[in-house]
Amino acid sequence: MTVAIEPAVTPELAAGYGLKLDEFQRMLEIVGRTPTFTELGIISVMWSEHCSYKSSRFWLKTLPTTGPQVICGPGENAGVIDIGDGQACIFKMESHNHPSFIEPYQGAATGVGGILRDVFTMGARPIANLNALRFGAPDHPKTRHLVSGVTAGIGGYGNCVGVPTVGGETNFHRAYNGNILVNAMTVGLAPADRIFYSAAAGVGNKVVYVGSKTGRDGIHGATMASAEFSEDSEEKRPTVQVGDPFTEKLLIEACLELMATDAVVAIQDMGAAGLTSSSVEMASKGGLGIELDLDAVPVRETHMTPYEIMLSESQERMLFVLKPGREHVARAIFEKWELDFAIIGTLTDSGRLVLNKEGRTWCDLVIAPLVSNAPLYERPWIPTPPQAPVGSDEVPMPSRPCEVLLRLMSCPDLASKRWIWEQYDSQVGGDTIYLSGAADAGMVRVHGTNKALAMTTDCTPRYCLADPVEGGRQAVAEAWRNLTAVGATPLAITDNLNFGNPEKPLIMGQLVGCIQGMAEACRALDFPVVSGNVSLYNETNGEAILPTPTIGGVGLLKDASKRVGLGFVADGDLVVLIGETKGHLGQSLYLREIHGREDGPPPPVDLAVERRNGDFVRGLIEAGLVNACHDLADGGLVVGLVEMALAGARGVELVLPVGVDPIGFLFGEDQARYLVTASDIAPVMERALAAGVPAVLLGTTGGIAISMNRGNACTLAHIRAIHEGWLPALMAGEA
Amino acid sequence: MKAAVIVFPGSNCDRDVAVALEQVTGTPPAMVWHRDSALPPVDLIVLPGGFSHGDYLRSGAMAARAPIMARVRERAAAGVLVLGICNGFQILTESGLLPGVLMRNAALKFICRSVRLKVETADSAFTRAYQPCEEVSIPIAHADGNFFAAADTLKRIEDNGQVAFRYLDNPNGSANDIAGIFNETHTVLGLMPHPERASEPAHGGTDGRKMFEGILAALG
Repeated sequence: MTVAIEPAVTPELAAGYGLKLDEFQRMLEIVGRTPTFTELGIISVMWSEHCSYKSSRFWLKTLPTTGPQVICGPGENAGVIDIGDGQACIFKMESHNHPSFIEPYQGAATGVGGILRDVFTMGARPIANLNALRFGAPDHPKTRHLVSGVTAGIGGYGNCVGVPTVGGETNFHRAYNGNILVNAMTVGLAPADRIFYSAAAGVGNKVVYVGSKTGRDGIHGATMASAEFSEDSEEKRPTVQVGDPFTEKLLIEACLELMATDAVVAIQDMGAAGLTSSSVEMASKGGLGIELDLDAVPVRETHMTPYEIMLSESQERMLFVLKPGREHVARAIFEKWELDFAIIGTLTDSGRLVLNKEGRTWCDLVIAPLVSNAPLYERPWIPTPPQAPVGSDEVPMPSRPCEVLLRLMSCPDLASKRWIWEQYDSQVGGDTIYLSGAADAGMVRVHGTNKALAMTTDCTPRYCLADPVEGGRQAVAEAWRNLTAVGATPLAITDNLNFGNPEKPLIMGQLVGCIQGMAEACRALDFPVVSGNVSLYNETNGEAILPTPTIGGVGLLKDASKRVGLGFVADGDLVVLIGETKGHLGQSLYLREIHGREDGPPPPVDLAVERRNGDFVRGLIEAGLVNACHDLADGGLVVGLVEMALAGARGVELVLPVGVDPIGFLFGEDQARYLVTASDIAPVMERALAAGVPAVLLGTTGGIAISMNRGNACTLAHIRAIHEGWLPALMAGEA
Repeated sequence: MKAAVIVFPGSNCDRDVAVALEQVTGTPPAMVWHRDSALPPVDLIVLPGGFSHGDYLRSGAMAARAPIMARVRERAAAGVLVLGICNGFQILTESGLLPGVLMRNAALKFICRSVRLKVETADSAFTRAYQPCEEVSIPIAHADGNFFAAADTLKRIEDNGQVAFRYLDNPNGSANDIAGIFNETHTVLGLMPHPERASEPAHGGTDGRKMFEGILAALG
């Protein structure tokens, strides 16, 4: 029986698969003949932006990726860092933007599933999830549907697999009306000497497929092939994959059980481009060939073609290379967990990817040149023009400070996201110490120890739009600050670079600028990039998203008992502002929410000052001198104070320092600043003086209101009601 | 005291409750796979939280028919303590060891938060370490926790004093604010809140620990 009659490969057909004419020529040169249809499918996904990073690779190489804490940097499924005592932390963030816009529940759910697999593929038990979400304008007709579906999808997957979701961020802006962002991050733990990599080794070793069966879901360009089947022309499934978190849970347990034996040589999950990228990746990294018998691949539909099997993005699948003679060990484990297990191929010394099905060879490609000679573009770019500064005299307070504060605390970016995060199981595992909201970073104890990992996701896209370099610096600096503010030592980051169409020089300039700023900050803060993901072409009808280089940061507390949260812990504590306030209003939320202006330069980030102030604050926390700490970011000082008051359920009496400009002081978004509280501030002030760090006494905690200079009181109950009320009202259709 | 935790495919609070039990009793419980047909001699059987069989079909429905559940029924009938937490509660109602059903939350969403509960009775091994009418805070995390029973069943549960815990701010629409119920002999308890998530100071509260302390005190 012939399963498929493949169409002839022409430049026109290849163009439909995303290959440009020069890329088509390059393919012919490497292959040495016109490739088959299956081969075209394989090469087109290998060379897609998603898999090859052809527009971003040149610039990604400029990011610092090394340090004494780095065990494995970018290039593997996830980054690996050393957290001492023979333990490693493995983490990565990845986008699932486009699928989540088309089908929010499954798009977001499979985004979580994919990033979990990237982490447990390397031998780690996932211990925490985070997510960074950007939606369009709250009043856009699709926004509620998307928020609701994405939240339910993230929860539906993460809750079922039993990994707590402990942090993240959610923003709204009209620039995301046509392209939402769903960036999911997973953090896992593994023994440092039991990390698993994807490089295949050992000619003759068996290649094993485990997990779910392969179906026709998620096949790239499936519509193009609709006329090419010799059997009944089946309806093509939608291109969004469907997640099965229950199978993922079984897969986690089965893989970790297998990895505890000595049977595994290499492992790779089947993510984007499914069996194609996993098999090519393993062979390529090992410098070997791979021969697969596609008849042996477990399929859930009949008459699947080689093209479909190789390009399917069915979820919850893994590829292993096993040591000779150990297959029975693996088979027993996967049978116990009721998962498919099939030996589908063998490693060879040919350096070729050979695919056989029904007695025919459908693909015979030389691997190394297809990988090493993949297209690489140094696309033209132009810098973003600078913006004129904004003075406080241009933007006076239109009403009483309390009313301004209420408007800020209920604006889409600052309003409570409880409606979202209460749908996530944040406590499964029994080691969650902080959720975001209780502290500047999520915190999860390293099971069975006194250590804890702090984790955060950060980016301020409006800063990146106004000045990509400064915005790139700020995103990294804010992640570093958030880890610092809980008492953790920041160790490394993962980055998720979300941009528009890189073929437009201004957009390419945003990517180049953000990477430049990030690289500077990573170097200055000893905060290398160990993993990441790039999502380009986030545009609809020529409208690009805000440049959004989301940073996922991880830090370590060697003694979790030294941690501090952001809530006020006692009445009568003194509040101290660490860092200098110049009153920078450009790109501030005050400007946007109160004056409807989205202009000005973002606040400058002085990396030397960031480092000095952050190290100082961490020293205070380690010495046990402060009771709470919060970094200042969106909304500036008064918003930070209110967040501490709400989290601690007690008020604060603020005294403005003499001579300051109230608008800039209260609402400016100057960087490198923290609020700390202490019952005794003498040692804090002494240390600040010695370190040359600005520190100003701002007020005293207590009471039921925020008050300023003994007037202008705004009760916490009132603020809380309006702060907590915005999102539920929006989702109920009342806002 | 010897305990067993039944592990179903998709259980995900099995380790958490094992840790909490070991912290209180000093002995790690036996972890028993759902397809096992033998159950070691134990004084307490725990059905943990999670998503057994993915909660496909109905939460707890497939797990209730696992081979090991025949043994659990026999032991329960013999008076061995059985504790079902969250998904474990759902399995207990699906297997007929407890009355009622757990429907989708009234707001149709998963809810994870700490809730305030009233301890209805201290007259059980599970609740003896609490004061009657004591108010406690224990986290919930579920989508299907809306307890329902027919009117006559509900009346019987109430009349027999089978309600173990009631919500003070009903989060899911449960009938009579019921968060947990006993069987008639108070030897089987199912509850939606997770006591193992409030069993050490790092959890932010220890109100759940008293349940394990009570069991230990009852069994020695």
